[in-house]
Amino acid sequence: MSVSAISDDRSTLKSRLRRAERVQRLRAIGLVLPLFLFILIVFVTPIIILMTRAVDNPEIADSLPLTSAALANWDRTDIPGEDVFAAFAVDLVAAQKNKATGLIGKRLNYEMPGTRSKVLQAGRAAEKLTAAPYKEAFLKIDPLWGEIETWKVLERASHRNTSFYLLKAVDLQCSADDEIVNVAPDQALFRDVFIRTLGISTLVTVATLLLGFPLAYMLATLPPKHSNILMILVLLPFWTSLLVRTTAWVVLLQTEGPINDLLLFLGLTDERLQLIFSRFGTVVAMTHIQLPFTLLPIYSVMRTISPNYVRAARSLGAGPFHAFWTIYFPQTMPGIAAGCLLTFILSLGYYITPALVGGPTDQMISYFVALYTNKELNWGQASALGTILLMATLVLYAVYNRLVGIDKMKLG
Amino acid sequence: MGTTNDPFVTFSDVQKTYDGETLVVKNLNLRIEQGEFLTLLGPSGSGKTTTLMMLAGFEVPTHGRIEMGGVEINNVAPHKRNIGMVFQNYALFPHMTVEENLAFPLQVRKVAKDEIAKKVQRALDMVQMPQMSKRRPAQLSGGQQQRVALARALVFDPKLVLMDEPLGALDKQLREHMQIEIKHIHERLGVTVVYVTHDQSEALTMSDRVAVFNDGIIQQLAKPSDLYERPENSFVAQFIGENNRLSGKVASVNGKSCGVEIPNFGLVSAIPVSVQSVGSPTTLSLRPERVRINPESGAYANQFDAEVQELIYLGDHTRCRVSVLGNSNFIIKVANAEGVPSLTPGQMVRVGWKPEDCRALDAY
Amino acid sequence: MFKPTLKVALLASSMLVLVACGEEKKEEQASSAASNTTSTTATSEAAPATSTNQTASVTPAPATGGLTVVSWGGAYQEAQRKTIFEPYNAKTGNVIKEEEYNGEVAKIKAMVESGTVSWDVISVDTATALQGCDDGVLETLDYSKILDKAKVLPGAALDCAIGSDVYATVFAYDTAKLPNGPASIKDLFDLEKFPGKRALQKNPFVNLEWSLIADGVDPAQVYDVLGTPEGVDRAFKKLDTIKSQVVWWEAGAQPPQLLADGEVVMTSAWNGRIANAIKEGKTFKIVWDGQAPDLDMWAIPKGTPNLEKSYEYLAFASSAEVQSALAPYIPYGPTNLDAVALVDAELAKSLPTHPDNLKAAIPLNPQFWGDNGEELRARFNTWLAQ
Repeated sequence: MSVSAISDDRSTLKSRLRRAERVQRLRAIGLVLPLFLFILIVFVTPIIILMTRAVDNPEIADSLPLTSAALANWDRTDIPGEDVFAAFAVDLVAAQKNKATGLIGKRLNYEMPGTRSKVLQAGRAAEKLTAAPYKEAFLKIDPLWGEIETWKVLERASHRNTSFYLLKAVDLQCSADDEIVNVAPDQALFRDVFIRTLGISTLVTVATLLLGFPLAYMLATLPPKHSNILMILVLLPFWTSLLVRTTAWVVLLQTEGPINDLLLFLGLTDERLQLIFSRFGTVVAMTHIQLPFTLLPIYSVMRTISPNYVRAARSLGAGPFHAFWTIYFPQTMPGIAAGCLLTFILSLGYYITPALVGGPTDQMISYFVALYTNKELNWGQASALGTILLMATLVLYAVYNRLVGIDKMKLG
Repeated sequence: MGTTNDPFVTFSDVQKTYDGETLVVKNLNLRIEQGEFLTLLGPSGSGKTTTLMMLAGFEVPTHGRIEMGGVEINNVAPHKRNIGMVFQNYALFPHMTVEENLAFPLQVRKVAKDEIAKKVQRALDMVQMPQMSKRRPAQLSGGQQQRVALARALVFDPKLVLMDEPLGALDKQLREHMQIEIKHIHERLGVTVVYVTHDQSEALTMSDRVAVFNDGIIQQLAKPSDLYERPENSFVAQFIGENNRLSGKVASVNGKSCGVEIPNFGLVSAIPVSVQSVGSPTTLSLRPERVRINPESGAYANQFDAEVQELIYLGDHTRCRVSVLGNSNFIIKVANAEGVPSLTPGQMVRVGWKPEDCRALDAY
Repeated sequence: MFKPTLKVALLASSMLVLVACGEEKKEEQASSAASNTTSTTATSEAAPATSTNQTASVTPAPATGGLTVVSWGGAYQEAQRKTIFEPYNAKTGNVIKEEEYNGEVAKIKAMVESGTVSWDVISVDTATALQGCDDGVLETLDYSKILDKAKVLPGAALDCAIGSDVYATVFAYDTAKLPNGPASIKDLFDLEKFPGKRALQKNPFVNLEWSLIADGVDPAQVYDVLGTPEGVDRAFKKLDTIKSQVVWWEAGAQPPQLLADGEVVMTSAWNGRIANAIKEGKTFKIVWDGQAPDLDMWAIPKGTPNLEKSYEYLAFASSAEVQSALAPYIPYGPTNLDAVALVDAELAKSLPTHPDNLKAAIPLNPQFWGDNGEELRARFNTWLAQ
């Protein structure tokens, strides 16, 4: 065979290979594409929207367009001039017509409590203002409009993006001097709540590990006849709804409930303990709900560990505890890592259990996200809290990855 | 430690049951000599592994006594028995390097650090893997893991090493190589080895003595050659090597020989091994290589007509399946040497064997 | 594990903050440069938005047949079904489609903003009515299509909502457990005289007023005091004294349950819920001292396709006959002044509007909560979680 014939053969072979692979590749893409689009549409997009909502700030810019433009040229050293007030008057009349003054008032109220009614009042009064000088007229309506701080806040709020919500989510604010300062102590809340969220999640994770590890060990080592029954006992609550399990804890933990009855009967306490609406109750209920999440990965890893390892260690001279601790336990690490991560991250987002079993000081960050979303209609604040929680979770995940190595984890 | 006269390990009337209903080990009596290589051979479920586990301390005998060096060890915890053990699938600790695996038993014994390093290196040299100390078990081949497991079981100089089917996961060639290697290490170190396998050729190759287990009972405990040449019951005859069986009735017993009537076919002379009395049923056991085709007439006391059924050529010999005395699965190994008659299926031949090669055993 | 994660979390949040403020500084410069463009786009964006709103309200209602009315469920909606929905269906031949909600304003807001309004008439509380009106979420009512405003209880005819009934937040206890029970708001705050847990609504409304009353403020002056920052501080300070002993409820069905379970010795509640429990045989007693009457209101979300039918429904539901029929089912008072006389005299004694019950009542002042609700709620929620 000649040289050229060989190279011809090679090229056709290559192109044939490519053609054969192309069909396969297209088929593979075709299979993955729906899932990819699904994830993009229902998972990634909402998160992006959530994060933009956290800095989105359209209220003032939309409702007071002329004022916003006029304030852009303001030097922020003294009360703005007549041009700003004139623009403000025109904007307010338009806003009054569109029922937008409430929105403006609401937005300003976030940064300056007590201004909502004054904005509404100014809106009603603005309709009667017909001629200059507007500045004097507004100062007469309320001294609020003669304060430089009002205008600084208004100017800050007139940008289409704001860091207000994000700052507020960690109890910070921009002061009148444009410096970042802590919010007043009677408003400081979220830092505590974030720390509380992390603390409760950690506590629940540790508790599920302490309870779940021995149980997983039992499940993995008992003969199937017994372990199957035990497994059903573990899984049965797992199959019932979260709400049902939480409500069951409400019944159990009540002051007049069975746990208190039992404690009194056994003489362990003299009076009924406050178990429900407490941190204790929250952690207990969450631990119960999260237990399978920690247990199952550990169990599935334990199932793969041959009893021969511990036997080998024993035969080599290690006592039972030493063999367990140096040989068995390290091999369960992938399961422990996976189970704990799962429980910790799921715990961060708990809402219904603390809401039903916990007291006001046991509420986690999700409670406030819900509060701002459903009741206060402050979606910017809700988004900011969600964004911070998401960021914190990602950072924790990265740290965890460094410490444990996600690739070493086994979820089951 | 016991002298050469005293056995090193003794099992006395040992029984074991897991469920309280069936005995996995029935009345085991076994003496293991210092320095010997003893194999426990048997099909799965025969009680050989349970026996090993009782010796290692992972199972407690339900009844009876196990002694080591004259001391009862029934209730001694496994880690205090100072017995090395090689497991099926090796049980190398996956989260430790080879070196750490080998150092483990030494660390547990609080051996000094430099001493550990020396011993680990020596053990690795012994199994011819001096370069692998930093690797993890998952990075080693099956044969390499096997060697490390062996080194680990020996590194702390135990007097007794137990091996539970250690070569089961290796391919045939490597297995045969390792058999020889283990044998050599045993000879060099003089350590006592108790070895469990279900592979009879492995048992024959390696052992000083073999205990054949079946149904929780030691069927025969003997040197490999005795086991093959002189099986004491039909199970052993059948389990060890290839075997032809003929069922019949004892017609006469006369000291060292007996006559066995194969119903409808004829009388075979054999040596009585476990026959009771005239008229009792018996199984004759006959190794395939001890049968001759077309012998000179009168050369053997047993000569019968046979029909060739099938021929399988195997290089050095040919397996010839014939039908004789009502048994159509009668195998004859014919060495492919000069002067061997050529055979064809369907051909009628005469076959013959000596009475002393034909053992009359219990009815199977 | 806790310590490093904590540090990391703090680090992460502080980093975020730095980034955020840095951005703002840049933003300021950038936006001042491009201010003109921004404002023009803003105006042109605002204009079409307004016109859509107008078109929505001008478009004639498509004949969708049913009218969707949303209320609070439970015994209350049951009573409304008997006295309003069913008679309305019978009279007009329309079919009311009922739905339930828990006052989630977010749902209404989302519907109105996305232009897919599927609720025609909703039952709201006063604070929502006022706020929804200011936010432009609720239709401004044309009273000529409902009834003469003069016939409505003063304060119950708002721009965007009309009162449907008067309920009250009262407090109650179980006479079986406390034979000599509390008689005044002061007793509610007296942990020595009446030790034990008490349940209050997870809402500053009523709680702050009661705190001030317990602190010696005359009920009539309560909003004057609460209108000042010092007054708010004073209220929270008083509330602090019982904070550790309070169980907070959110759903109206919780207080009678908490009382029946013995979880608390006394509880604030909506008077109808306690009255129902008494009807079911419970030995509860309502304390009318310091009762806080409030209105349930009907409102129409902006942009409903059934606007005319919705007005028709409001006119029916506000009529004296219909209003007076509610009390036998649930002891809430009518807002139509003509209806007061139609209520059975004996029954009237259990209504919040009965003169005897109104003696020490907190005056109805929805405007106060409309103006100050937001920040008081924010402070209350912070106070709760601290």
